[in-house]
Amino acid sequence: MFTLFSRLCTRASRRRVSPWALNNSQPLLGAHCWLFEGPHDGRSANVKVKSPHNRFHLIPRLSSIVPESCLLIVVGLLVGGLMKLVGEIPPVLESKIFFLYLLPPIILDAGYFLPIRQFTENLGTILMFAVVGTLWNAFFVGGLLYGVCQLEGHRLVTVDLLSCLLFGSIISAVDPVAVLAVFEEIHINELLHILVFGESLLNDAVTVVLYHLFEEYSSVGSITVMDVFLGIVCFLVVSLGGIVVGAIYGILAAFTSRFTSHTRVIEPLFVFVYSYMAYLSAEVFHLSGIMALIACGAVMRPYVEANISHKSHTTIKYFLKMWSSVSDTLIFIFLGVSTVAGPHEWNWTFVMATLIFCLVARVLGVVGLTFVINKFRIVKLTSKDQFIIAYGGLRGAIAFSLVYLLKTEHFPMRNMFLTAIITVIFFTVFVQGMTIRPLVDLLAVKKKQETKRSINEEIHTQFLDHLLTGIEDICGHYGHHHWKDKLNRFNKKYVKKCLIAGERSKEPQLIAFYHKMEMKQAIELVESGGGAKFPSALPSTVSMQNIQPKKPPQDRALPQLSKAREEEIRKILRTNLQRTRQRLRSYNRHTLVADPYEDGWNEILIKRKKMKELEKKMNNYLTVPAPPPDSPTIARARLASDPQAWGLKSVTESIPTIKVDLASPQSPESVNMVDEFGKKGSQSKASKEEEGGLTMKVPSPTNQRKDKTADEDNDKEPQQRLMRCLSDPGPTAEEEDEDEAFLP
Amino acid sequence: MGSFQSLPDDHQYRTLSQKTDFSLEQIAILHNRFKQLSQNEETLRRDDLKTIQDLESNPIRYQIIEAFFDRRNFQKDGVGSVEEIGFEEFLTVMSYFRAPAHRITEEQREEMRRAKLRFLFNMHDTDNDGTITLEEYRHVVEELLSRSGALGRETAKGIADAAMLEVASISVGPMAPDEFYEGITFEHFLKILKGIEIETRMHIRFLNMDTTVLCKQHCV
Repeated sequence: MFTLFSRLCTRASRRRVSPWALNNSQPLLGAHCWLFEGPHDGRSANVKVKSPHNRFHLIPRLSSIVPESCLLIVVGLLVGGLMKLVGEIPPVLESKIFFLYLLPPIILDAGYFLPIRQFTENLGTILMFAVVGTLWNAFFVGGLLYGVCQLEGHRLVTVDLLSCLLFGSIISAVDPVAVLAVFEEIHINELLHILVFGESLLNDAVTVVLYHLFEEYSSVGSITVMDVFLGIVCFLVVSLGGIVVGAIYGILAAFTSRFTSHTRVIEPLFVFVYSYMAYLSAEVFHLSGIMALIACGAVMRPYVEANISHKSHTTIKYFLKMWSSVSDTLIFIFLGVSTVAGPHEWNWTFVMATLIFCLVARVLGVVGLTFVINKFRIVKLTSKDQFIIAYGGLRGAIAFSLVYLLKTEHFPMRNMFLTAIITVIFFTVFVQGMTIRPLVDLLAVKKKQETKRSINEEIHTQFLDHLLTGIEDICGHYGHHHWKDKLNRFNKKYVKKCLIAGERSKEPQLIAFYHKMEMKQAIELVESGGGAKFPSALPSTVSMQNIQPKKPPQDRALPQLSKAREEEIRKILRTNLQRTRQRLRSYNRHTLVADPYEDGWNEILIKRKKMKELEKKMNNYLTVPAPPPDSPTIARARLASDPQAWGLKSVTESIPTIKVDLASPQSPESVNMVDEFGKKGSQSKASKEEEGGLTMKVPSPTNQRKDKTADEDNDKEPQQRLMRCLSDPGPTAEEEDEDEAFLP
Repeated sequence: MGSFQSLPDDHQYRTLSQKTDFSLEQIAILHNRFKQLSQNEETLRRDDLKTIQDLESNPIRYQIIEAFFDRRNFQKDGVGSVEEIGFEEFLTVMSYFRAPAHRITEEQREEMRRAKLRFLFNMHDTDNDGTITLEEYRHVVEELLSRSGALGRETAKGIADAAMLEVASISVGPMAPDEFYEGITFEHFLKILKGIEIETRMHIRFLNMDTTVLCKQHCV
């Protein structure tokens, strides 16, 4: 019995890393490179996790009705058919290649971008579906099929119980590849998506154990209670072991990324290598490779992303998307080809029975489990949800490959199994895949919200977390907020210090979010051509001057300039505006910003902050007769300007100097502007300075009290520059006027 | 206020249960906790709450404690704060953290949302003028980041400013340069937090199940 157990676990590894060459035609990849699709859209450049891939985008109507996976299978069928016509033997989806090369990228992509928050919130539900649901499916289908076989007689009587159970366990597992392929396109709400998808990921351990349990025992012939118990132990070992292995590699990867600040180019490589090693190690130790991969990706992500450069992050994201896209395509095409190639044995009873039992089992399982689960859930699963979960139980290539691994000597009915599996796969992918989208629309299932997360929501999410933890503490109840909080604090205190380099380790989540938002806005700003138009990210309709608490109107600090003077000033300033606008544009187009994102992170922050403060001041000072169509003043005010970089000229020039400095290599925005003019009607007027010796005293910071700038020093500095650069050598008549009017 | 005899009176529990929609077991559990916190006295004071160990590490503990003593949360048109509360007020504040029942109408759900968001709003609006001004919001963000030292304080202002800008542009839309946005009113607050499903997120699981077993740990 113990030997049985050990053999059981040994076989788990061989499933994946199978040295068998199951087909004898030419090597797969080489001869069939023409199977590759031409350059396709791939996944769009979205920061969000997934977006639909449109290889068949040239036939839009088709791709809106038929999911991609179906089309790919059809392509595979055509190719296989062609090859058969020509006389060649079409290749089959070799299990080794499938498990070693095609599957890991998809799983890593899923694991790395797994939405952790929703996943952990629904973990209980997901585990219930994955473990109990799969077990139920396996036994239901296997048992009933055995009954049917016995009843049917003649050919089918030879199929014994264990073979049926084995078949049941193979076919019961929901396939992550198929689920991803179909669910990605229908954009249902996150809860359902994570439930079905999480289930498809976590049921791998169950499938592994069941598969090998039955495969082993079918050669022995009988099962005792002890074996069942050992099976359970094996399951725990396989799943938890897989997770632990994955977590270890994840931490290693995070730790390595801490030291890569000088070798940014190979950062993505570490992520991929460690993940793949996690997968292989888990397989070598006979554990669940999929769970290892998920654990590795999920564990390493927060730390790695804090450490690596922006470019590496983009690289990782796009490589993962690319590889998983390619794998995905290949898997479905090969599925089609294998259908044409594979040895088939059609048996109406068996196939039909399989299909019906699978569907029935799924529905019954989901309904039954939901009934139990809803007792423990706050957000209950409605019947609509249940329907979608049941309907989304798609089978795919993993089941196919597992059947393919069966040896014909042990399982004489293998070909029949193969046919049945392919039928079920085709049915679920084609029928269910195609109809799920109209059904989702018909049932008005909640779709995914596309809105960006606002900073208010983020603040309040954090606030709620702390509030709920506090209330739990007051209640004296150690609920899951309490433990989550403890985990977070542990994470912050110890783990982050180890795994995140430098300053970023102390950055709380809110600040990180805010920085990310600012970064995005800055990038959008630069990409939109700088001063040419309003950046849409910033709420340009409201600026800080609007958010001011009402203060009593200040006494007029500076003198009222006569109308004529105002006009003149405006004219002069406007002409200069035109000039600088042109220079602005050229700078934006051609100034290359050399990697601003990594180094000088803090400098960017400081600059941005100063820029904002500047903007506030400018808006206070300026009455902009905004020249249509664009308001370069306001737009320019948004650009990061480095006050320090303003070239100050003193008063000796003949015309107002407005300098535009070249971008310092650090700032993402390529233009530094020195520019202040115009007036704000109701508030203080901008004063003008005459040339020749009239020194302007800096108005005291009290003038600026409308701005809520915290930093007085910062106020003063740009203030001075602001004033000084308004040197205008205008007519000397007003000299005396200006003189008395200055405020200390 | 509601003073109880030393033995829990079933009748009083029942009235409370009707008022706050807790079940009798839950009220019994919470009463035990109340007695534990107040050292068997009739009323609870701020200091009693401050002695809770686990609250020490919470960045917003003062706001939470204040919320218990804030008259506005006692479901009357109260203003100001009190020094000590009885069990009834304690229970009333706890009732804000109930989860919605499985089958409730849309109106009831909306009402619950408003009540919970009102609670949050009161926590932010410390001077009770009906709006969350920029200063108050800044204070909130600063408290949230209070454990991050200097880095937190500087960025807190930026974050609060950005958040206010967002609220203003969502609620009011384009504003002329000389218009003022006073502060976040309750209606605006509702609007910006529409995305978060407050009625399900703001709940304590404990209050959902019959956890008489749990009480044994904490009831001395």
